[in-house]
This record gives sequence, structure tokens and C-alpha cells, in this order.
Amino acid sequence: MAESTMKPPKIAIDPVAWMRQNLFSSWYNSLLTVFVGYLVITSAGPLFTWLFFEATFLGDKPSDCSGTGACWLFISERLNFFIYGFFPQEHQWRVDFMFGLMALSFVPQFIERFPGRKWFGLFGLTGLPVVGYFMIPGGWFGLEVVESTKWGGLMLTLILAYIGIIASLPIGILLALGRRSEMPIIRGLCVVFIEVWRAVPLITVLFMASVMLPLFLPEGVNFEKLMRALIGITLWQSAYMAEVIRGGLQAIPRGQYEAADALGLGYWKKTGLIILPQALKMVIPGIVNTFISLFKDTTLVLIIGLFDILGTVQSTVTDPAWQNVAIEGYVFVAFCFWVFCFGISRYSQNLERKLDTGHKT
Amino acid sequence: MNNTKSIAIGTAMLCGVLAAPFASAATTLEAVKDKGHLQCGVTSGLPGFSQPDDEGNWTGIDVDTCRAVAAAIFGDGQAVEFTPLTAKERFTALQSGEIDMLSRNTTWTLTRDASLGLNFAGVNYYDGQGFLINKNLGVNDATELSGATICIQAGTTTELNLNDYFRAKGMEYKPVVFDTSEQSLQGFVSGRCDVLTSDRSQLAALRSKLADPSSAKILPNTISKEPLGPVVRQGDDQWFNIVKWVLSVQINAEELGVTSKNVDEMLKSDNPSIKRLLGEDGDMGAKLGLQHDFGYEILKHVGNYGEMYERNVGPNTPVGLDRGVNALWTDGGVLYAPPVR
Amino acid sequence: MNKQAIDSKPASPKPWYDPRVRSVFFQVVAIALVFWGGWTLIDNTLSNMESRGISTGFGFLDETAGFGIIMSMVPYDATMSYGRTFWVGLTNTLLVSAMGIVAATIIGFIIGVARLSSNWLVAKLALVYIEVIRNIPLLLQIFFWYFAVLSSLPSPRQSVDVAGAVFLNNRGLYVPEPLTQDGFGLVWAAIAVAIAAVTGLRIWAKKRQLATGDIFPTFRVGLAILIIVPALGYLAAGSPLTWDMPELKGFNFGGGITIIPELAALWFALSLYTASFIAEIVRSGILSVSKGQTEAAKALGLPSGLTLRLVVIPQAMRVIIPPLTSQYLNLAKNSSLATAIGYPDLVAVFMGTTLNQTGQAVEVVAITMAVYLTISLSISLVMNIYNRAVAIKER
Repeated sequence: MAESTMKPPKIAIDPVAWMRQNLFSSWYNSLLTVFVGYLVITSAGPLFTWLFFEATFLGDKPSDCSGTGACWLFISERLNFFIYGFFPQEHQWRVDFMFGLMALSFVPQFIERFPGRKWFGLFGLTGLPVVGYFMIPGGWFGLEVVESTKWGGLMLTLILAYIGIIASLPIGILLALGRRSEMPIIRGLCVVFIEVWRAVPLITVLFMASVMLPLFLPEGVNFEKLMRALIGITLWQSAYMAEVIRGGLQAIPRGQYEAADALGLGYWKKTGLIILPQALKMVIPGIVNTFISLFKDTTLVLIIGLFDILGTVQSTVTDPAWQNVAIEGYVFVAFCFWVFCFGISRYSQNLERKLDTGHKT
Repeated sequence: MNNTKSIAIGTAMLCGVLAAPFASAATTLEAVKDKGHLQCGVTSGLPGFSQPDDEGNWTGIDVDTCRAVAAAIFGDGQAVEFTPLTAKERFTALQSGEIDMLSRNTTWTLTRDASLGLNFAGVNYYDGQGFLINKNLGVNDATELSGATICIQAGTTTELNLNDYFRAKGMEYKPVVFDTSEQSLQGFVSGRCDVLTSDRSQLAALRSKLADPSSAKILPNTISKEPLGPVVRQGDDQWFNIVKWVLSVQINAEELGVTSKNVDEMLKSDNPSIKRLLGEDGDMGAKLGLQHDFGYEILKHVGNYGEMYERNVGPNTPVGLDRGVNALWTDGGVLYAPPVR
Repeated sequence: MNKQAIDSKPASPKPWYDPRVRSVFFQVVAIALVFWGGWTLIDNTLSNMESRGISTGFGFLDETAGFGIIMSMVPYDATMSYGRTFWVGLTNTLLVSAMGIVAATIIGFIIGVARLSSNWLVAKLALVYIEVIRNIPLLLQIFFWYFAVLSSLPSPRQSVDVAGAVFLNNRGLYVPEPLTQDGFGLVWAAIAVAIAAVTGLRIWAKKRQLATGDIFPTFRVGLAILIIVPALGYLAAGSPLTWDMPELKGFNFGGGITIIPELAALWFALSLYTASFIAEIVRSGILSVSKGQTEAAKALGLPSGLTLRLVVIPQAMRVIIPPLTSQYLNLAKNSSLATAIGYPDLVAVFMGTTLNQTGQAVEVVAITMAVYLTISLSISLVMNIYNRAVAIKER
């Protein structure tokens, strides 16, 4: 902000005046305030009592729970299962290592002045999946193989969402370019592809990927269940991605295309050097938003029998050793998702604001 | 059709590249040997039948059936990977070749044998459908269940049996259908339904998961025959025979008194039946495409049928089921395996 | 550059540099690839199905289903065919989608307006609602409503009883069912007459307003007609309506209309979840109407109610409709999560039980996907028509 800009004079905030203005400006508003306030107080009290004040945090067995409040012991005792699924204990450091790398790549994105944060982000998008490919399944550099059937919990949720978004990006770009193409057949094919995938629910896609994909492949060719789910998610997501990117392509002023043509650039050079860099920058918030919805949608894999974080919780809430812990389990999962999604959506809103000022005149 | 086209583009794009390195094998046995392990479809969690612990170690009678087949092929009961399947998915998973065999408390019926492209390779548990009900409802017989709301697992023969039974008796019911047995138990516990119906063994297993197992009881009525057994794809007789005979070997071993503990001593036995069973005499293994001592490996790593039963579902386990009809024919049960000869 | 070069025709480009040739070439390649891919897939599928002995064809649709379904809008019992199970599933999907769309729209508009309220408490509460609900997976919310809330409801014998007519327990919500008797045709006729009268009134009022400038209170008079005329018809026909009351019989309630918990949980979760998105759409729609518009309306002397109705809302709707359409589509697609809690929708009944009993995955999945495609395309079509109607009419 420029030095010369003067800040607005500070207005002394008088709580009474503030309340009069914001809560009791008219008889109608006063009534509303009183009514809503009453509702909030009567429901928030018991809620917080259950969540915190009478909840049990310490102890190590089901009988330590008070019974009147939430039993968070259930979460802390089974946390390992909720995070890693069946991943063998002695290899969990590999997952932790990936969590660390992920944090290292993406946390700097929230800090405006972090030096070289762009490079960290770039690593997150390109290097991270490569490292993960070696680290998680193992079988390389003396790391023991851990089959994908043993992956689960939060780790699986992140893998699904992350791979889904990374893999669908290039396909989405191609589809978006295809849909904007001047060749009618290419355009038609892309439109059909995009619209069909967008019309069907993810659950049917997953179901198809999990039980029908093997029928489409030649005999003897087979993928693991996780891989099939990933293929389904990627194809489905790429249709959404294509629409987001198309929005960016459409927002590029015609002059940019014409200038590139005037310079004598061919289609791929024009697209790769002039159009896409601008379009992609513009749609980053959109991509982040699709990531959030994909992240939430990954919970659907539990319907085809993969143990994502909701799946692990769902499978343990019926444990006879613990009594009525369903709500605690669901609240825990909800909280995990909320932290991720809310954080990321804040980031995307910030970005949107910043990018906006760059483009609007 | 638009669907096919889009699926075509999509899968062609992704799979075209990925599919290249896989080579196809002629028979299931060869394919399994190439992979180095058996891929076995099981339930996603049913105590006594197949249940993973937190580390992903599977136990149960269905799991042991898979392990026995792995032991016969590789001489290693651990050379199995388990694919947890919902009832809905199981047949397509087998048909499509995702799994080599299905051992997921699956009922043998004519339709499944004839029109799904599957073969049942025997019976590892004789079961029947029953009802689990809360004791405080005061019901003692299934004929008193008219108007009841009944929890049931999707895609099972129980759905059809239930309907047949109630229709035959002229009674009404409301089915609440869940995807997994765990969810149907959750539905029963939460009071969504009065009755939980399933195979009696499953009911016993699910009852053991209740906070207070004594609060519910299994009604005396058995409304159907449910022979549960391992399933393989049609069209590969060698594989079909292997799975069929692995089970028969286990049952014969119990009859002959060969257990995992005494199998090494039994190698020296003079009884020709035991000698054939353990591969000391004749070459039974080669006829199936297996090692000559496949019987020994099965018994060494997994044990005979009786051991498998006692370990997973027997009276001393939480599931706590008596042998009942699952006893040997010599003990008044129906287990009667063809001879290894 | 010399003159001759300019005069001469440019050398015609080599054919592979000609954009038209290239374009044809690429398209031919694309078509060839698609056909090759499609053919390979179909060939693989057919040979796989044949070698595995899976039956094919749609003959299974006529076979007897033999399983019960807890709720159906069309008459159904287990002796009917698999084809009928398809219709049961489809109508159940349509029912929950329609209910969800209506409820989500109402809640969404209320929350969206509340978000802009001058009352600080109300605005913040709306904000909290939006930020909490939309950042939690829908499937989790469905589970929460179904497993967590359901288990805290009483059993049938301890039902919550509202005036002996409405009962709530963990088997569902039971309300009396209206049964029409002979002579109810008169009521239908009265309703038709009332609708015709109101339509006529609107046309007349508009004409009068254009001619004289006077505004006729169409809404209030119209509402009165809509209530009074059918009520008179009802009385004249001798109250031809009885109620089928729910009552406890054996295990459960019989009679009346039952809203099963699966439907209720799915409906709540879908409506509340989608409403949080609709609220944001409504808010941005209202904010998109520039202040100048309201100021101009005020300058013309329009009262604030009319400003809202005639100036703000029509303009906001233009911004709201397109994203609203995609939310409706999402809701319809998300209704397929029913399968997770056992609500008998298309995916649960048809792609679930029917598929499993028949084993014909390819046919069943293809039919299911075609249905969703049709639903999606029809919702977009209807909304596009509406969108065109409210779009700016430029000269």
C-alpha cells in the first residue's frame, strides 16, 4: 500500500451504539435478535458441554468415559487406524514423511512473504507425486512393499484427492482446448465426453470402475481396486476440470490470440506460450474449488469397499467395546474435513481477490 | 450410444498406455503362480468368517479356506491377498478376474451356478437363514413376525428367501436394505428394525458384536438352506478341481485324524489313505497340477476342517457355534468328502 | 522488397502446412482412434462375457424380481418383474430429488437473504451455517442424520405423539392420509375454476394498469379466490374427505402416510447441504444488482417492497439462475448416495439388488447411466428455457 494513502479516521466504537445499530435498529430487528439469540444460547450451551466441558479426554479404556459428554478417547485410541488404515506400523514413517513433504510444499502458499514459495508449490505439484510413487507402495531402494489393500484412513483420502486432481489437470486442459477447437469433430467428441461424465453421479462412475472396468479390458489385464477407483475419479474429475479451464480460456481477450497469430506462432506455441499460462493463472481459484469438492467426494469410495477416513470410522463405530460412539466418530471426521476444506477455500478466496485486482481495470 | 463412446475414449486414453506391460496367462493356476500369490475375495468384516484386525491381518473360516488353497499351490498359507467385497460386488469381481476365487459366505444356488458364469467348488459351511430379535419384544417364533420391519443385507439370497417365507405364510414385512452386514447391524442396534435376518452363522457373529449379546436372541426357525462355499469362474476345470479338492482334503484329514500338530508324525503312517492324502503314496498332486505333497502343506499350514472350524466359529470363540450339521457324517453331520484316490 | 514479388501470387503451401488439410487429417485420426478404442472395448467385453458364461441381453427385465422394497411410488410387490423394480427405483429417485430441490431452494433463499441482513447476529449465524455445512462431505452428513439422529428417536411404542394424528419414532414419521370420497370431483372442478379465474384476473389487472396506471391488488384477491372457491366446493359436495389415521398395530404403525427415516435423512442432508451453496449464489446475485438501480427506483418513488419485487429480484435472478441450475443437477446426482443408507433409489434398487440378482452388470449400469444423463439434460433444458425468459431483452 502506498505511503501517501491516509487511513480512515478511527471511529471510537461504543458498544451500546454498535448494538443499537447492528442488533436493535428497529422493533422487528430487536425481536429477531432476541429470538435468534435465545435459540443460539439454548443450543450452544448443551453442545459445548457435550463437546468439551463434560467430555472425556484422558484415559485409555472405554470405561474411562463419563457418559454425559463426548468420549474422545475413542478417537485417540483408534487414531492410528483412522490416519493410516491397515498400513503396517513399522512402515508408517514413510507416510509421515509424505505428510511432511506435503506440508512443506503447501503451507508456504498461505504465507505471503515466504521466500521462493512458488518453487515449493511447483514441487508439490510435480515432485511430490513422484516421491510418493516410490515411498508409499515401496518395492524400491530396499523399502518393503505395502499392498494398496492395506492403505486406508486419512492417508488414502489424501492420496485419492491428490492424484485425482493432478492426473485430471492435463486431461482437463486437453478437453478444454478440444472444446474450443475449430475442428467440429474434435469439438463434438470433447463436448460429448465432458457432458456425459458431468451428468452421471460419481457413485455410478466408481461402481462402474470397480466392477465393470475389468470386463472392458483384455483377458489377463487387471488393476487393483484402488487403481480402478483412481481411473474413475480421474475421468470424472477431468470433465469438471475442463469446464473450469474453458472458463479461463474464454476470458483471454481476443487480442492475445490475434497478437500470437500476428507473430506467426503455430497452434501449440500460441497455446503453450501465450494462452495457457494466462488462462491457468486466472483459473487457479476455480481449480482449488474443484479440488475441495473432489476432496469431499472421495468419501464415496467407502461404498465400493475402500477404507478412506470415513470408512475406517464407520467400520469402528460398531465396535462392541465402545458404546454409542457414532456421533464422536462422525464429528471427528467432519472436523478433519472442515479444517482442510475451510483452510483451502480461504486460500482460494484470497487468491481470487488478489488475481481480481490484477485484471479488472 | 454416447456412454460407450465416452467410456471408450476415456479408458482408451488411460489404459492404452497402462495395459501394455501386463501379459495374459492361459490358466488361473498359471496366472496365480506368476503373480506369486492368490487373490481371494472375502467379506469386508464378519467375525468368524473373515475379519481384519487393525494391522490388516485377516482371520476366519472363509479366510482359512483361501489360505488352504494358497498352501496347496505355494506351500505357504500366507501367499494370499484379500480383497474385501460387498455382497453386491462379489460376483462381478470374480467374473471380471479381479479375484481368483471367492470365499465370502456365498450361498450355492442353481441360478448362480448356471447363469452367472460361476462354479461352486463345495461347501465349507452348511447354514440356514434365521432371525435375530430383541428379547424384550417377547417374540418366540418367526410366525409371530407379521408386520415387522426387517434389516437385511443387499444383494443376498436372504432377500429372496425372506420374501418367499413371508409370502408362503401370508404375512407382511418391511425390508430395510443395507450394503454391508455391519450397517445392517447398526440399523438393528439403532432400532430401525425389529428383526435382523441373515444366515444363522452370521447372526451369531453379529450378535457377538452387540454391546450386550444376551439382549438379543436367534429365533428357532430356519427358513432356508444356505450351503456356503468357495466359488470360482467357469471354464477352468483344473482350477475348479484344485479348490474343490483342497476342501475335500481338509475334510478327509479330519476323518482320518490328521491335524496340523500331528501331520509330521502321520507322514510315517502305514494307513494307505493317509499316505495318499499326504502325498507319500501315488501322485495325487500332479493330477491337479500341484506338488505331490499339497495335502501335507494344507494340513501343515492351515489344518483340517475341524481345526479350522474350532479356531474361527467353534463353541470356544466369540461366535460360539456348535458343529451341528457341519459335523462329519460319522458324527451325525453332513460333511462327507469324496475319497482321495 | 521488389515489386515483382508483391505482384506474384504467393507460392501455394505444401499440403501438410495447409491448415484445412491438417484439420481434416487430425479429425480423421481422432475418429479412427475413437472407433478403434470403442471397438476394442466392445470386443473385449463381449469376448470376456462369453468366455465367462455371463448371460447378456435385456430379457432379465421380464423375469420375476422376488424381493421386497420398503417404499414404492408405483404399485409393487415381489411377484413383479425386474423391469418394475427399475420404475420403483426411478420414481423414488425423482421423489427425493424433487423434495430436495424444493426444500433446498427455500432454505437457501432464506439463508442467503439472512446473510445480507442488517442484523449482525442473523448475518453471522447464516455465515456460520454456510461455512460449516458446505465444508463437510455430504455422505458424512447423511450418515450423521441417519445413524446418529435416528438412534436417538424413540421406538414405536414410545412414539412422539402430536395430537394423536402425527407420530414420530425410529421407524419414520407417520401422518394421516387424506382419502377422497365420491363427490370430490366437485372440489377438483372448483380448483380448476379458481385457477382460471385468477389467470383471467391477472390479465385484466395488467391491461387496466397499462391503460390507467392503477394497480390492482392481484395477489391478495387472487389468493382469496384460490382459497374460497375450492372451500365452497368442498362444503357443497358434503365434505367428501376422510383421513386414514396411523395407529399402532403389532410391531408398527399401520395406515396413514409413512415417511421412512431413510427418505427423511437423505432429504434433510441433501436440502441442508445444497442450501448452503444456494445461499451463496443468492447472496452474490443480490449483491450483483448495482446500488444505482435501487437508488433510481427510490428516485422514481417506488416503495421498498415494490423495488425489491420489480427491480432487484428480476435482475438478481439473471445472475442466480445459471449456478442454481448446476446446484439442482448436483442435488439430483447426489441423491444416488441413498444407497449408503438403504433408501431404495435407482442406484440402490436397480444398480444394487437387481444387478446382483441377475449379474448383468453391463446392461444395468448402462441403463442407470442413461437415466441420469436424461435427468441432467432435462433439468438443464427446463432451466435454459426459464433462463431465456428472464434474460435481458436487448433491442
